[in-house]
Amino acid sequence: MASDSVPISGAIGLPKEAGSTWSETLHEWVITVDHKKLGLMYIGSALLFLVIGGIEAAIMRIQLAVPHAHFVSPEVFNRMFTMHGTTMIFFVAMTVLFGFGIYLVPLMIGTRDMAFPRLNAWGFWMSFFGGLLLYFSFIGGDGLYGAGSAPDVGWWAYAPLTSTAFSKGHSTDYWTIALLVAGFGTVATGVNLVTTIITMRCPGMTPGKMPLLAWMYLVMAGMLLFTITPLTAAQLMLMVDRYLGGHFFDTQAGGSAVIWMHFFWIFGHPEVYVLIIPAFAFISEIVPVFSRKPIFGYPIMVAATVAIGFVSMSVWAHHMFTVGMASYSNAFFVLTTMVVGIPTGIKIFNWLGTMWGGKIRYAVPMMFALGFLFQFLGAGLTGIMLGAAPFDWQLSGSYFVVAHFHYVIVGGILFSVFGAFYYWYPKMTGRMLNETLGKWHFWLFLIGFHLTFDTMHIPGILGMPRRIYTYEPGRGWELWNLIVSIGAIFQTVAILCFVVNLIWSYFRGRPAGNDPWDAWTLEWAVPSPPPAYNFAVIPEVRSRRPLWDAKHPEDPDWKYE
Amino acid sequence: MSPIPANMPAQAPWILPSRGRVGMFCLIAAEAAIFTIFIVAYIFYLGKSVTGPTPRQVLEVPIFNTICLLSSSLTIHLAERALERGQIVPFRVLWFVTFALGAIFLGGTGLEWHRLIYTRGLTISTNLFGTTYYSLVGLHAFHVIVGLLGLGLVLALALASKLKQEHAARVGVFALYWHFVDAVWVVVFTVVYIIGR
Repeated sequence: MASDSVPISGAIGLPKEAGSTWSETLHEWVITVDHKKLGLMYIGSALLFLVIGGIEAAIMRIQLAVPHAHFVSPEVFNRMFTMHGTTMIFFVAMTVLFGFGIYLVPLMIGTRDMAFPRLNAWGFWMSFFGGLLLYFSFIGGDGLYGAGSAPDVGWWAYAPLTSTAFSKGHSTDYWTIALLVAGFGTVATGVNLVTTIITMRCPGMTPGKMPLLAWMYLVMAGMLLFTITPLTAAQLMLMVDRYLGGHFFDTQAGGSAVIWMHFFWIFGHPEVYVLIIPAFAFISEIVPVFSRKPIFGYPIMVAATVAIGFVSMSVWAHHMFTVGMASYSNAFFVLTTMVVGIPTGIKIFNWLGTMWGGKIRYAVPMMFALGFLFQFLGAGLTGIMLGAAPFDWQLSGSYFVVAHFHYVIVGGILFSVFGAFYYWYPKMTGRMLNETLGKWHFWLFLIGFHLTFDTMHIPGILGMPRRIYTYEPGRGWELWNLIVSIGAIFQTVAILCFVVNLIWSYFRGRPAGNDPWDAWTLEWAVPSPPPAYNFAVIPEVRSRRPLWDAKHPEDPDWKYE
Repeated sequence: MSPIPANMPAQAPWILPSRGRVGMFCLIAAEAAIFTIFIVAYIFYLGKSVTGPTPRQVLEVPIFNTICLLSSSLTIHLAERALERGQIVPFRVLWFVTFALGAIFLGGTGLEWHRLIYTRGLTISTNLFGTTYYSLVGLHAFHVIVGLLGLGLVLALALASKLKQEHAARVGVFALYWHFVDAVWVVVFTVVYIIGR
């Protein structure tokens, strides 16, 4: 081990001294620009908001479990679904994926930090305070008008609901400014990730030898630059409307409510791919390691990711079929929506091809990866159904849509994030997560997930609209809603297992060593947890699996690549 | 510690693109997306105002302003070249000219807005044209202000003799931003004062 006193650019925190006080530790974390600490802070804040967003979901499910329930008022219910959606997308999903990204990318491409460490810290604090601002609306949203508390306009905030006439007080302004602030942080992180991956790779790591995770984060970060910014622009317009008396979304003065929909979904749909591509990245690292085979079809995986990045920018209006667009617009967006399924399908076949004939180890990360594969396929199939305009006319705005996108986000993204936790937690903390608790977590969550979200399709088909705070008995929705709510209990218990596991294993878990999974990418070459400078000597690589080359000098990969 | 073998044959030197330039290009891409949305909104709302005034009634084409801003791209380029060659005095002069041209543009925009607001009675809340016009031109003017702050900072450092030849690459990164501000003006000018009028 090299001396800890070597000055390393970007690591300004002093080595932790024995007996440092609580306030010193806090100070060290607040001022840090180290990508690993910031990554952990991203993940920590995402877990905090996950619990809050989960409580909001639980409140909604209690309210909807039986007809004519009076658990919360209609106004509170509106706030709950708005805050749940906004929190889960912007302050849980994005945040946790950024956390893994900025933690792992520099390690995997063999460098010591991100390209712009201070910008990295800035991005985190902007995102975090954006989240706090959103939640400050609960106490600060009354403003001078005495109306409104937390935002209640839905996470896509359609005009004219957001106009001053219908949204008095400052709740909508908190929503706008929170997302604006968090959006600046997001763009900063996007710039940082792209720059890091393009300019900081270790010697020998040509684009064709980058780990797939780095490739996918490159595409995702590139997409961030073009997807978050339209939302920023639309939020600025909304601010002009609300504060300066502008008319962008004011139909009485010739403005258009539909253009807000376009601007929102120009952000909103690529956003789904911004979230799912990192999930693909985790799966692309976990599946080969637990199948003991290199990834099948590496160049095709890269090409498919880039293709998804491009095509997903031109599918947004499939959220708007019921608005009444021209028939050629409908046809165009149906077509692009079907096309984006092709590279996605290619990926699924590549993961299956990787597993085919491999020696599969059913450890917890792999179990979550398998859950992801199965459920993401299901989510994709209902996606194709909703992507066909005539079908969408029937079911748009129903619980079928809610079931579909939760299948994507929970069944797909969240499962792969859990897999990533079990896979990389040993690297981040130096200790393994407990396998038994992990299996409890997996199975309970799997059962809860399917109880909730498989069942949720049915009331949608039976005509139950989303965002209603209660319903009458006798429509055939009662049993389905009850089952959906019961599934939420299983999911809550599973999350408890997970949180207990995270805490217990941090203190009592089995020591992990450098490379507990016998993996092949560079992050497993350094100690767990990695030192502030990551690599004492910047590595050089000759293949996509540098650790395989090191472990098997008689049969290295670079002879064949 | 590292099990990665270092005993490989000597290869071509490992050269990657400049961090600053890649970062700035990313920022420019993101900014371009913001401008695109505002420009799309401007074009979409052309002629949709339900009350006057219309662009043709009140807008005058800011030719002098435009010439100033666009020529500042040339002067900043020449300033950059001078710094690369270590010619500090020509750099200071050219950089000051760039700053002055940018300031003239901003002042010109201010005068234009003053005339529109106090003589023509067009404000951001008058009609849809006012909303889109002030938002789009204002967004650009905001970027000019940020640019002028950067230009002014570099100018102050140059006058304090803190700026040397070795800083040429960093100054070049900032110049990319200024070129972007100018290039966006070409689009805004075309849309607002030629197509939209």
